[in-house]
Amino acid sequence: MRLNARKKEYIAKAMIWGAAMSVMIVLVAIILYILIRGLPVLSFSFLTQNPYNMGRSGGIASTIVGTIYITVVALLIAVPFGIGTAFYLAEYTRDSIITRIIRFSAESLAGIPSIIYGLFGYIFFVIYLGMGWSILAGGLTLAFMILPTIIRTSEEAIRAVPQIYRESSFSLGATKWQTIIKTVFPSAIQGIVNGVILSVGRCIAETAAVIFTAGSVLSMPTSIFDSTRTMAVHFFILASEGVSMQNAFGTAALLIILIFIINVGVNSLVNRFISKNQKR
Amino acid sequence: MSENIKIEIKNFSFFYHKKQVIYDLNLKIRKNEITSIFGPANGGVTTLLRSLNRLCELTHDIRTEGDILIDGESIFNPDLSVTDLRRKVGMVFEIPAPLPISIYDNVAYGPKLSKKKSRSQIADVVEQALKQAALWDEVKERLKAPAISLSGGQQQRLCIARVLALQPEVIMLDRACSGLDPISTAKIEESLINLKEEFTIIIAPHNVQQAIRISDWAAFMLMGHLIEAGTNTEVFSSPKDQRTNDYVTGRFG
Repeated sequence: MRLNARKKEYIAKAMIWGAAMSVMIVLVAIILYILIRGLPVLSFSFLTQNPYNMGRSGGIASTIVGTIYITVVALLIAVPFGIGTAFYLAEYTRDSIITRIIRFSAESLAGIPSIIYGLFGYIFFVIYLGMGWSILAGGLTLAFMILPTIIRTSEEAIRAVPQIYRESSFSLGATKWQTIIKTVFPSAIQGIVNGVILSVGRCIAETAAVIFTAGSVLSMPTSIFDSTRTMAVHFFILASEGVSMQNAFGTAALLIILIFIINVGVNSLVNRFISKNQKR
Repeated sequence: MSENIKIEIKNFSFFYHKKQVIYDLNLKIRKNEITSIFGPANGGVTTLLRSLNRLCELTHDIRTEGDILIDGESIFNPDLSVTDLRRKVGMVFEIPAPLPISIYDNVAYGPKLSKKKSRSQIADVVEQALKQAALWDEVKERLKAPAISLSGGQQQRLCIARVLALQPEVIMLDRACSGLDPISTAKIEESLINLKEEFTIIIAPHNVQQAIRISDWAAFMLMGHLIEAGTNTEVFSSPKDQRTNDYVTGRFG
């Protein structure tokens, strides 16, 4: 059958539209399903009480605290190292064999399945360095896992800063360091923050790497040397061991809401305070 | 006469990768006058200007021969601080390129870097620079507004003010009016003529008419060679070289 150009155009449009719609429908369906089953469970006491009876009853307060603890430890380590590496790659070196090795290493790190990070973290941090199952070991492992994302998104953001900004700054008598601090970094901050948000999402949602390194103790952690159970791990154990599907969905709903709030909240904060001069 | 020489370029050659872009150039630039260095695109004018404040060193794989003296002192002297040189020899670019910060902060950018001045001193420098660049009356009410909200001509005058705030000795403008309308261009040319009492001005004009209008001295560059240099009348009214004559009368370029 021969089709004329107009019909082909319609069919192509319909297929592309259909593809886009089905992606959206899947996403909306998943979120709705979790929220419909999870939202009724969420209550003030669910958020503020510790879990009892292995999570069958009570709330999830200790897992919320554990998640925050682990994410903060991971970010404290990965953000400075990641941004530092990105500035080194983008501003201080030319393309050479060394930068290619660094970039290749970062990209290889990004491709490793998270359970391998978990295994590495377990053998190295938990056993070899004797940290035991702890927030510290979990945070360090997650830091390794999110480092490539932070390096890559930051480097891209730094490279996207127009060269004329650097030249202007240098021509006004700034040193390289002053140029980076006063001009390049503020212009790249939005892209860098986006990478960090992406990483926060991965930290909050990670199970395999965390269960190996931070353990799954349900009590409220008091220091970074305590073992903890993050929300994602809690959900995994509740659901896979059939402890309480109701509480599992409650935890999942909170996870989704948290990631949504972080995405929207941090973006609008950055928009409001940092880049107001970059917009017309 | 020699006291009036601000910059002396001696047997200067410039190589980018292995390609030579400036050939054995000799030129004297006089104090408190406007010198135009003009010629067709890719003739080496921009490279020459960027050599005078050593901004060309941001590009890799470059090499220079010969010497450039400012007040008799070589700018390639290893003891000389390159940031001091760039404060002494300010530059305005072809594209208006305000930094993505406020109008005030753009002008205060240079003075703040050296940390030698107090806040009120910086505020004075900013105000004076904006007045010299004939921009003060238009922006005094909104110094905290983003610089990018200004019009193209205002942005370019802001860039001139930003250079003036460095309290430089030499101001270079690299085709700084090429993207501007005639009225903005006229405003900038007017301020340049006022400014030459205090500064040495080097301009790469965006066309011959501008060079004729504002320059005291002129130098014609073609394919990296200096063809001819002299006073305005010498170069534009009675050029010695046929190529200069062809270019200024519009037969090519």
